[in-house]
Amino acid sequence: MTKVSMTVNGKAASGEVEGRTLLSAFLRETLGLTGTHVGCDTSQCGACVVHVDGRAVKSCTMLALEAEGAEVATIEGQAAPDGTLNAIQAAFQEHHGLQCGFCTPGMVMSAAALLKENPKPTEAEIRHYLEGNLCRCTGYHNIVKAILAASGQDVSAIAAE
Amino acid sequence: MYEFGFTRPTSVADAVAAMGEEDAQALGGGQTLIPTLKQRLAMPVTLVSLSGIAEMQGIQSGDGQLVIGGATRHADVAAGAGAYPALAALAGGIGDPAVRNRGTIGGSLANNDPAACYPAAALASGATIVTNLREIGADEYFQGMFTTALEDGEIITAVRFPLPEAANYQKFLQPASRFAMVGVFVAKFADGVRVAVTGASEEGVFRWGEAEAALSANFTADAISGLSVPADGMIGDIHGSKSYRAHLVGVMTKRAVEAAA
Repeated sequence: MTKVSMTVNGKAASGEVEGRTLLSAFLRETLGLTGTHVGCDTSQCGACVVHVDGRAVKSCTMLALEAEGAEVATIEGQAAPDGTLNAIQAAFQEHHGLQCGFCTPGMVMSAAALLKENPKPTEAEIRHYLEGNLCRCTGYHNIVKAILAASGQDVSAIAAE
Repeated sequence: MYEFGFTRPTSVADAVAAMGEEDAQALGGGQTLIPTLKQRLAMPVTLVSLSGIAEMQGIQSGDGQLVIGGATRHADVAAGAGAYPALAALAGGIGDPAVRNRGTIGGSLANNDPAACYPAAALASGATIVTNLREIGADEYFQGMFTTALEDGEIITAVRFPLPEAANYQKFLQPASRFAMVGVFVAKFADGVRVAVTGASEEGVFRWGEAEAALSANFTADAISGLSVPADGMIGDIHGSKSYRAHLVGVMTKRAVEAAA
């Protein structure tokens, strides 16, 4: 076992891990941050997306030891300490951007990465950016709408399916 | 995954030393290697991470060439290889955003997946693969599916691309994996045109010599209208037959020429 230390949602976090411990397992099992979901465990579905040093990554396809010294952000750090949802989370709620909710942590984290890089994305850019995030409930329309709304843009033109 | 040790050196020299240990395996971004380890298709004793080596990061251009550190991530090439727009566009089309934030050019070239994008760019550009030991021309480097000229323990420290006059990459997506069903990179240099095809052949990335000759004489899509690659030797699977892939090679080459011209 090796000690790994990183900053998670602004707080110092460390633990003993094996070489093979995935970042997703470290977050969920060592730190108890189970908001990061593991859907496919094959880097396809994107439910496990977190930010490492500001970039979206699939935490099921990164070793915990690779995050040594990194700044990690997870879904648990997105709302304000008093529970007030951030703009993306609030928009997902307002526009019904989730049904079962399993993919939602990854969707929100991917959306946050997109809006940081591209604050006013087009609908097409949002759909393209979500290529690595799968949702089996919504058909994506309301997720796209929520992200467009979170960017402060008019969503009336998006189909309401 | 089977258990393995893990080390993250901060210099090429330390990485080379670590790779000298028995059954050590280099780890680039891990976007292929970690899924492979999960399936227990590999059993390294130690993974040697290349992510902490500053001298293997970054992009430099000048003297008609672009030099990309071996541990540079696809997203950084997409954003930073403006001197070679076709290469930047290729990097920006690999996998999805999260994959591009981890995967590296050196990892992709070392793995040489028969449907990966970077091998087509390197081969069509006549790039030079720079390792800790030597410099390898792309024509010598790619030696068939998942096979390269790299020796055990050899690390790709950089890749040097000569800048073409015009270039383009066209990828026909395999609908499930989003790897290239067929991808064609066309690069036009002062002394001729190079065409490299990925995704199609059972031998991995290859140059299409007939098209290169025709395009060197006349750089238009019409110049290759009568040409085709033989279906024999193409990959045939549930996503596309051998003859379908052979046909796509011609189609994607034309599209690349049209987009580049």
